[in-house]
Amino acid sequence: MTTIGVLDLQGATIEHIQQLEGLGVDALLVKKPEQLQQIDGLIIPGGESTAIGKMMKRYDFIEPIQQFASLGKPIFGTCAGLVLLAKDLGGAEDSHLNLMDISVQRNGFGRQRDSFEIDLSIKGIDQPVPAVFIRAPYIESVGNNVDVLATHDDKIVAAKQNNLLVSSFHPELTDDRHFLQLFINMVESKLQSQ
Amino acid sequence: MSKLVGTETVKRGMAQMQKGGVIMDVVNAEQARIAEAAGAVAVMALERVPSDIRAAGGVARMADPRIVEEVLNAVSIPVMAKARIGHIVEARVLEAMGVDYIDESEVLTPADEEFHILKSEYTVPFVCGCRDLGEAARRIGEGASMLRTKGEPGTGNIVEAVRHMRKVQAQVRKVTVMSDDELMTEAKNLGAPYEVLKQIKEAGKLPVVNFAAGGIATPADAALMMQLGADGVFVGSGIFKSENPEKFASSIVQATTYYTDYELIGKLSKELGSPMKGIDISKLNPQERMQERGW
Repeated sequence: MTTIGVLDLQGATIEHIQQLEGLGVDALLVKKPEQLQQIDGLIIPGGESTAIGKMMKRYDFIEPIQQFASLGKPIFGTCAGLVLLAKDLGGAEDSHLNLMDISVQRNGFGRQRDSFEIDLSIKGIDQPVPAVFIRAPYIESVGNNVDVLATHDDKIVAAKQNNLLVSSFHPELTDDRHFLQLFINMVESKLQSQ
Repeated sequence: MSKLVGTETVKRGMAQMQKGGVIMDVVNAEQARIAEAAGAVAVMALERVPSDIRAAGGVARMADPRIVEEVLNAVSIPVMAKARIGHIVEARVLEAMGVDYIDESEVLTPADEEFHILKSEYTVPFVCGCRDLGEAARRIGEGASMLRTKGEPGTGNIVEAVRHMRKVQAQVRKVTVMSDDELMTEAKNLGAPYEVLKQIKEAGKLPVVNFAAGGIATPADAALMMQLGADGVFVGSGIFKSENPEKFASSIVQATTYYTDYELIGKLSKELGSPMKGIDISKLNPQERMQERGW
């Protein structure tokens, strides 16, 4: 049985748990670093990246999550999760997990009044999916080994690098499961390869 | 679908991203930076914290736009601000300034004693206070995207927030097990829009997040409200009226995340200095009770 954890320091965690369970995956709220050993994949949810980042540091999550990633285990970051996985935050502030070769503009799409929803075409999904952007970041530039999965207004809003998947938008706020399924596929193929 | 802004999903979603977090009242850029550094998920920009509003008396209005602007420029986390109940123009001004969330708040002196703002008309989302499910459902019916308990602001006394949270939770539970033909009478009794109650019954929960507010003064208070089912907490006067705001703010954030870790909460509560003094609610004159404002 595949078990996917959702980092539970702050943010929209239950939404992810419900979607995972809806797709028949065992879901676990991760509140302590040692729980990483019980899961095959990790979701870093939407929330406030500064708040989650501080809690990750204070409760010693940084190294264990980096180690989790170095074992090739998949991590999916939505919105704040994307910010936390990035190696570069446009020089404005220090990066957090420092795992993905992307340069990120926090709140790149603006304040809450600029938050929006749209149908988005995504590489690997055969129909546009509803995408909800909330004070969303975008990816300014990517390293050579990063696969761009979606753009909006010429800005990168979804990408994949080996075992890391990120989106600027919130698949967990819609009923559409296509994007989450991409991640579950990554987790399952990693399990099969072992 | 072309690009849509200000939709229900986008407005309610913003509040969902705040879950498990602490929203802190601040009156200037310096306090806003302290709150952000402590791990607040948002700040509420206002001219005075509720306990000072109580002390000052007179009419409490929307904060001076200079203060709101100062806070907007100081931090990268969302900034909320309060408008008076029913004050359409204060709300529009805050929206135009780019505030991320408006609190139509009983902490300020109401501008309208009969009608609340029709919040569904705005692009900016609103949070509103509630003491029971009827009030919660009316605010949702008007378009509020987030709820909070009213509690009794500026008192440092948790008793009213506990009462309001328990009441809403109990009434939601009752609705979810009620048979369909009883729902209209329940709507009448609660003074709640029928359609909103129906949604709650079908979903088994409120359609928006519900934070605790009004009297949270210690890390243990925050953890208590989380255990009672709050999605997060607002801390008003508690932080910057305490002896050591930095430490206090950070401790409340940690206690909100780890609200069942009692050893940790004990540790966090040590050496915090004294919290704000607090007021016995029964010593307040009825006209001093902010929770009675709005309907």
